[in-house]
Amino acid sequence: MNLTLKVWRQEPGQNGKFQTYEAPGISEDMSFLEMLDVVNERLIEDGTPPIVFESDCREGICGTCNLMIDGKAHGPEKATATCQLHMRKFSDGDHITIEPWRAASFPIIRDLAVDRSALDAIQEAGGYITAPTGSASDANLTPVPKEAADSAMDAAACIGCGACVAACPNSAAQLFTSAKVMHMNLLPQGQAERWKRTENMVETMEAYFGSCTNHGECHEACPKEISLDFIALMNKDYVKSKIKNRKLSGQS
Amino acid sequence: MSGYSDVLDSKVPDGPMAEKWTNHKFNMKLVNPANKRKFEVIVVGTGLAGASAAATMGELGYKVKAFTFHDSPRRAHSIAAQGGINAAKNYQNDGDSVHRLFYDTVKGGDYRSREANVHRLAEVSVNIIDQAAAQGVPFAREYGGLLANRSFGGAQVSRTFYARGQTGQQLLLGAYSALMRQVNEGGVELFNRQEMLELVTKDGEACGIVCRDVITGEISSHTAHAVVLATGGYGNVYYLSTNAMMCNVTAAWRAHRKGAMFANPCYTQIHPTCIPSSDPFQSKLTLMSESLRNDGRIWVPDNFDEVRAAGDIPEAERDYYLERKYPAFGNLVPRDVASRNAKTVVDAGKGVGPLKNGVYLDFADAIARDGEDTVRAKYGNLFDMYERITGENPYKQPMRIYPATHYTMGGLWVDYHLMTTVPGCYAIGEANFSDHGANRLGASALMQGLADGYFVLPYTIGDQLAGKLGSDPVPADDPVFKDAIADVNDRTNKWLSVNGTKSVDHYHRELGKLVWDYIGMERNKNGLEKAISEITSLEEEFEKNVRVLGSADTLNQSLEKVGRVSDFFGLAKLKARDALVREESAGGHFREEHQTDEGEAQRDDENFSHVTAWDWNGEGEAQTEHREELVFNEVPLTQRSYK
Repeated sequence: MNLTLKVWRQEPGQNGKFQTYEAPGISEDMSFLEMLDVVNERLIEDGTPPIVFESDCREGICGTCNLMIDGKAHGPEKATATCQLHMRKFSDGDHITIEPWRAASFPIIRDLAVDRSALDAIQEAGGYITAPTGSASDANLTPVPKEAADSAMDAAACIGCGACVAACPNSAAQLFTSAKVMHMNLLPQGQAERWKRTENMVETMEAYFGSCTNHGECHEACPKEISLDFIALMNKDYVKSKIKNRKLSGQS
Repeated sequence: MSGYSDVLDSKVPDGPMAEKWTNHKFNMKLVNPANKRKFEVIVVGTGLAGASAAATMGELGYKVKAFTFHDSPRRAHSIAAQGGINAAKNYQNDGDSVHRLFYDTVKGGDYRSREANVHRLAEVSVNIIDQAAAQGVPFAREYGGLLANRSFGGAQVSRTFYARGQTGQQLLLGAYSALMRQVNEGGVELFNRQEMLELVTKDGEACGIVCRDVITGEISSHTAHAVVLATGGYGNVYYLSTNAMMCNVTAAWRAHRKGAMFANPCYTQIHPTCIPSSDPFQSKLTLMSESLRNDGRIWVPDNFDEVRAAGDIPEAERDYYLERKYPAFGNLVPRDVASRNAKTVVDAGKGVGPLKNGVYLDFADAIARDGEDTVRAKYGNLFDMYERITGENPYKQPMRIYPATHYTMGGLWVDYHLMTTVPGCYAIGEANFSDHGANRLGASALMQGLADGYFVLPYTIGDQLAGKLGSDPVPADDPVFKDAIADVNDRTNKWLSVNGTKSVDHYHRELGKLVWDYIGMERNKNGLEKAISEITSLEEEFEKNVRVLGSADTLNQSLEKVGRVSDFFGLAKLKARDALVREESAGGHFREEHQTDEGEAQRDDENFSHVTAWDWNGEGEAQTEHREELVFNEVPLTQRSYK
């Protein structure tokens, strides 16, 4: 198939602009990123610096790849990260617009690569259960009801790609943060730090990202289909974190 | 070459196997808590091994500096492991024990691993599960709330713990969360987007590293009392593998060039269940978890020129070759056996798919027996992934699979303390060679990475550090650091000035083809000799004709890649030599000249029961071969049989 690409190019410290590249002879079995590999290889042979884009595992789990394709985070296929999108989803003659994640909290580094370190700051603020190595008791001493474990796993499936932020009209990070908060808040192991964790992570999120107004675009764009329910659960825990008397939190 | 080398002291403690580690922990020197903060430790890599080691040493009080070339530690490729993690918990009451896990791992490694290391691995496996569960890793549970297990990769007991098909992701998020807690508390300083380009040594001891900031291009020195490399394996030497795009051998290779011996580079695991490549621009291969072999049946058509769809081929005209040849284990034979048999039938011309480069993995019987819903509940994620990549629906037609490079058992030689032959430089996780011998069993990589990082290195590193009390790290303005920076800059300038005609990827792809063809699933003397000469000439062309555009002072992905591919060339030549001198077949190393009458791997225990470790002699000089004898006192040497 023959395609025309409109790609965002931007050098550090300068304004960016769209460049148009022809991409003839693309196989429909290629992944989207393999198509860009081919374009880059041709650019290098022509002496043009290749398009910078990030990817690593190329199997939808590391969360590195991050392209807005025709205005959609990760492109047209639902529940699919950019790296697992294949060219058979496009048609011969298509014009495809490729942009970086759109969000002020994700500054552009170069071309399509952005800085997502704000997500790490949220994690660092409390996205853990304090369990120093060696301190754990036998794992089966703490039964976890299957439904709770499954629900925690549903949240923990988040790959931290930031598509939720990129898709949100407010650049809010509620879906990411709630997935991280609720993964731990739903488990018995996570109860001791539940209120502190929620408070610290939510407030760190607020310092970097926009506010949630319940559009739901985050869920639509999420390659792992993280549920909006986690945002509701996080909001509930956040309110509680402000009124709970933590001296009494040892009582059930 | 004969005899065993004096320079390789494994430092395996004396005493009965089951007591070695316990006694050794008591006998090692300790660093008292108030003194730990006086020691600086660099950890390079933040996958399972690196993140767990950095977090644990931070908790202990060491001043830890953790480096990753990713934007976040959680991107490391451990995240892609699907199937699970083994532990000798015996929660299923099916006769598992530390000894059985130890025995299975030594046997599965085709008797080419160090017994004492493997026993320690089996011992600490139980602590890993406790640790991970305490961190909130959402392992699969039974309805009563206790942990679920499955049998995996040919094990006769159910000892594998899992979190859906994303066990690596969940364990890495656990280690990452522990690491971020330490970052928050100041125990660990995290350096993102930093690629290590040199190990720095002074008087033969490791004293720091030189890194390049991949965003700004800034070159910086980092000093420490010890350097830990947790930088993964070298599978991308094949270009196509299940590894992530950026996985590379550079950190390990730079350490090798500074005196760390490289052990058993010929041992590579080719995973049997990957999606076959579909076009010449394929950038990587995707693994389908081998848990699929629990229910899928592997077959090829009997006819060489079969054109019918799989469903139209009658039962009588199908060859379920694994079930036929290995009735006891059937489709669950270990990875090396399954892979080689797939190659045999495809090479014979019975391959399936448009390029005739795969075999069928068929779920029709499982769906008929258990219903589509049950199969979907077990494997739904994997089936969806397969359909996204191939455009084919595996509920309606069999999957097509073919082996692909997945894991490298070889790596930097380490002693029982996980220290390389450069004092003060350690290697953990896939970067070292120690625990899997010639073949790794399924669900053992996560176990080893976390064993090294949580429960082994944090103890053993103290023994070396205790002797350095009162000494400061070598300062960053010492000439050794200046020299290392100059080396990095020289290489960078060299690559930017070649201005040839072909991209780095072009040469990486060509190198990968040679390595796959000659040092892949089957090797022979002629092929290996040819590999060495062809890799050498390709490398000469690469150095004269590669094109790296742009500059060094900014994000430049071609510049990052060219250094990695250059190091892969060095590794590829060593891999071929290692495969050449190992005149036997063992695990992932199959020499055509050494097979039984039935075509199985034939070991030569009399002459090859050793680790081959290669010592760097300088640019342009061949490495020197050293041997560490492997003695098997606990697990009797037998021919592996899965019939």
